[in-house]
Amino acid sequence: MPPDIILTPISVTALLRGEIDHHSASGMRKAIDDALNKHKPPLLRLDFSQVTFIDSSAIGLVMGRYRLARELGSRVQVVNLNERYYRLMRLAGLEKLARLTLKEQRLNA
Amino acid sequence: MTPLNEMRMTVDSRSVNESYVRVAVSAFAAQLDPTVEEISDLKTALSEAVTNCIVHAYADRVGRINIHTQLFETGLVRVRIRDRGCGIPDVKQALEPLWSSVGGERAGLGFAVMESFCDKVRVRSTYGRGTSVTLEKQIQGREHNKSAA
Ligand SMILES: Nc1ncnc2c1ncn2[C@@H]1O[C@H](COP(=O)(O)OP(=O)(O)O)[C@@H](O)[C@H]1O
Ligand SMILES: [Mg+2]
Repeated sequence: MPPDIILTPISVTALLRGEIDHHSASGMRKAIDDALNKHKPPLLRLDFSQVTFIDSSAIGLVMGRYRLARELGSRVQVVNLNERYYRLMRLAGLEKLARLTLKEQRLNA
Repeated sequence: MTPLNEMRMTVDSRSVNESYVRVAVSAFAAQLDPTVEEISDLKTALSEAVTNCIVHAYADRVGRINIHTQLFETGLVRVRIRDRGCGIPDVKQALEPLWSSVGGERAGLGFAVMESFCDKVRVRSTYGRGTSVTLEKQIQGREHNKSAA
């Protein structure tokens, strides 16, 4: 499923949806790169709130977008990770490249 | 140890089958009453192994991937993913985190992820003939987690 791209004057947010594996990653990659190249925003935000599965293809997806964003002078934030996704990203040392944040904890959960 | 139940499936090495294998194996393993967490771990590891067959073993053609799943009374799930593709010349090097024989966006973390999300990973490969990866995951189950809580 292609991500929804949400624009503000200072950011591009890619709202990723469904499963991220080797099969689905290529379509997502293209949609995000098109938006990045077109808008060259100060900030690229990758939102994982609607993601239902990831394997190491998601690591490649984040790393590749980080490289392009750096060339264009954009910062990268990876937001709404759950504990599992966070663990996988840390395995790759992605916290050194991009700001990683977990899903907001519900106060009364 | 004889398994309680076994399932064998063969799929073409097409990337669209990655999600199909994950769903089929996890539906089969549901007999052991795993937690959501345990099933997610198994799916992630399995996805890495199957993707490797598609991307590496049969890089320039479509071949067959055999997936053999065994469930044991002790709660153990064993999945063997086998291809008859190009094989791995140096398995020790292939297992090293961040090592990848191809560029692009492969992070070289597939085996590291399998090891992190399973209890045991075994790789056998003959260069030019194919590879077999065996994943083992101990399922504690939802009952266990309930009584532990
Ligand atoms: N089934 C396979 N057949 C042939 N080579 C493989 C297979 N699985 C893994 N490899 C080799 O092992 C390397 C490491 O695999 P992995 O850790 O999954 O990283 P990646 O897939 O990102 O390259 C691959 O780059 C490839 O050279
Ligand atoms: Mg891999």
